[in-house]
Amino acid sequence: MIIIITNTNLNSGTETSGRANNRAFDELRNMKIEAGVLERADGSAYLEIGGNKVLAAVYGPRELFVRRLMQPNKAVLRCKYNMAPFSVDDRKRPGPDRRSVEISKIASEALTPAVFLEKFPRSTIDVFIEVLEAEGGTRCAGITAASVALADAGIPMRDMVVACAAGKSDGKVVLDLSEIEDKEGEADLPIAIMPRTGEITLLQMDGHLTEEEFEQALDLAINGCKIISEEQKKAIKNRYGD
Amino acid sequence: MVINMVHIVPEIIKESVTNLVKNGERTDGRAFDEYREISLETGVIEKAEGSARVKIGNTQIVIGAKPQIGAPFSDTPNVGVLMTNTELLPMAAPNFESGPPDENSVELSRVTDRCIREGKVVDLDKLCIVPGEKVWMVFLDLHVVDYDGNLMDAAVLGSVAALMNTKLPTTKIEDDELILDYDNMIPLPINDTALMSTFAKIGGEMIIDPSLEEEEVMVARLSVGITGDGSICAMQKGGEQPLNKEEILKAVSLAKIKTAELRKLLP
Amino acid sequence: MIFVEDKEIVIPGDILADEEYNSGRGTFKENNKVCSSLVGLVAIRDKKISVIPLQSKYIPKRGDVVIGEVTDIRFSMWNLDINSPYSGFLPASDVFGKEKRELNRTFDVGDVLFLRVVDVDEVKKVKLGLKGRGLGKFRGGILINITPTKVPRLIGKKGSMINMIKDETRCEVIVGQNGVVWVKGDPAMERVAEKVINMIEEQAHTSGLTDRVREMLATLLGREPEISEDSELESEDTGSEDTGSGDISESEDIVSEDTESGDVSESEETEPDQENNEDESDLSKNEG
Repeated sequence: MIIIITNTNLNSGTETSGRANNRAFDELRNMKIEAGVLERADGSAYLEIGGNKVLAAVYGPRELFVRRLMQPNKAVLRCKYNMAPFSVDDRKRPGPDRRSVEISKIASEALTPAVFLEKFPRSTIDVFIEVLEAEGGTRCAGITAASVALADAGIPMRDMVVACAAGKSDGKVVLDLSEIEDKEGEADLPIAIMPRTGEITLLQMDGHLTEEEFEQALDLAINGCKIISEEQKKAIKNRYGD
Repeated sequence: MVINMVHIVPEIIKESVTNLVKNGERTDGRAFDEYREISLETGVIEKAEGSARVKIGNTQIVIGAKPQIGAPFSDTPNVGVLMTNTELLPMAAPNFESGPPDENSVELSRVTDRCIREGKVVDLDKLCIVPGEKVWMVFLDLHVVDYDGNLMDAAVLGSVAALMNTKLPTTKIEDDELILDYDNMIPLPINDTALMSTFAKIGGEMIIDPSLEEEEVMVARLSVGITGDGSICAMQKGGEQPLNKEEILKAVSLAKIKTAELRKLLP
Repeated sequence: MIFVEDKEIVIPGDILADEEYNSGRGTFKENNKVCSSLVGLVAIRDKKISVIPLQSKYIPKRGDVVIGEVTDIRFSMWNLDINSPYSGFLPASDVFGKEKRELNRTFDVGDVLFLRVVDVDEVKKVKLGLKGRGLGKFRGGILINITPTKVPRLIGKKGSMINMIKDETRCEVIVGQNGVVWVKGDPAMERVAEKVINMIEEQAHTSGLTDRVREMLATLLGREPEISEDSELESEDTGSEDTGSGDISESEDIVSEDTESGDVSESEETEPDQENNEDESDLSKNEG
């Protein structure tokens, strides 16, 4: 027996009439960030962007029991990215899959350059990113939230880390791809930067872009990051009732 | 999620919590039969066909219910399936590690499942589509994000709320094709709302809704599941010390009253 | 040129000032600009800018007094959790001298002790000691955890805040620099002290705290708030290095326990070192 699913409710953002909700090519989706949302974790943050809902939490610096990972002169930063089974349209089996493993690695590498690890020898800083609902761009949302959680935990950093993706959809270079734009578009370019210096700590690309398009997309993403970093700052300050 | 690094409770805390109880008090000033502040929201995850976020004190669980078409169990060919899984996320407590479900996670899933199943919360008979071949399988996924004591009661309360919030597409069979119509959703058939109350034995008393500190100090624990009409549908004793009959009966009787109060929080 | 105001909340990466200023605790220098490395409050003293963190772990320093819990007993030492990424060890020789005794008869797993940090080496191995008046094992009472950076605020200028709590609740109160606080007295008073201490922790970075604490004490104890003559001594310090002398003082009315194995029983003032936190917390030495 064949199963057919009917759903005329498709949100087609790739109609030639433009992006869903009349979003401009350089406009971010609606976003909200909250710092200090969990009780037990040392630092935490909750972030929504578009339909994404991401929770990030930090424990550390704390004692590292896996001795072979320990560094004598600095802390190690370990990051784990995970998606909840109910976060996607077709339920995802619990547990890490290869995509989560890769994202955990690159997220860790995106955050590490910002942290003053040498202040805490022989310890670990554990970062957990949990995607509660996914709608395109979860790794960027996760890294952005993780940076707020690190700051919330009182971990000394040279700068915040903020992430955002640009890409190409329906023939145009656009900022902050939605899930549909990501699935049906021509290219996806997630990046993370440290906003004060503009240094790039995460860069991935898949799809097809000319050199010019790449540069356009990169600039769009960097600008997007700078806007989001203002939201990070607000979220942290709001936590302390300013 | 191995619970690693056994956290050793300082003697001072064991003594002070126990002494307070012997004096009729608790560290946060609650009565022995009083729950912490509870909040319950449903429909929090749009991609899940049903969802809820429950907080008891600072214990927080996000629950998603996602139905899928699947084959029934061979011994119950005309009945739908309920599958419960719990992730005790490493972010929920400093001593939770990532990994496959450990014994605590499995126990929580199975007790929650038992309470809901035996309490006949979901009318599984109505979830049959093609007898012996296709039924609705409802996956209930509990995501514990913050652990501050008493996961059981939060898990059951949140799960029931998530199930009450769940919608299924209508189904039609045409020419050997099963059509799922996501434009015409119907609520998951709910029969009853079984809920659970958990007690910690401290200083000879049975105390409801243990906080984190109380759980660390308690010598035994009893969770009691009660249906809408006041029957018992599930029970689970935990902890390394025994309970006596009076303690158990007292807990059951109090559970009937308190779950009725919890029931008022459901949507 | 300075870009922020005193007591402004800043986040990591914020540029605080240019090369005219010196970089203090919680900041670092990059390209001749002083930047914040933490979420915290700006503190400007002459030409030095620091950032006082709102959240932080306790990093042990020689001379600190801390409250720790015995977590393990080894051949010739006890291991203790001192509320830090780094655990501490207490050598048996510190307690026994030359006689050998069974370690767990003296201090067992789960016991809570008041200790001094004797030494911290380059890889942060922490050696603890019990030699010193007032150090030893706690009996009874309750424990409260606060963020270590708020300890000076809890103690207050010359101990004014903590003394107010002790006097009003008639409890013994000992504050470890690692953010662990021990309170002992009448159980109801212990809870009053706990509430007040938690409130101080939540509001450590705000002004007008002393008055609110006084009001809260009065309310919880069912009295009219008194205007203490000392209230003028309190400036609205929000936990910067000058606030609090690090006094770990005990109340005068201690019921003395048996003093054999180092129980906490003497009443006195213990004054741990009041150093400016310039060593490893000063990121100006670490800047890239």
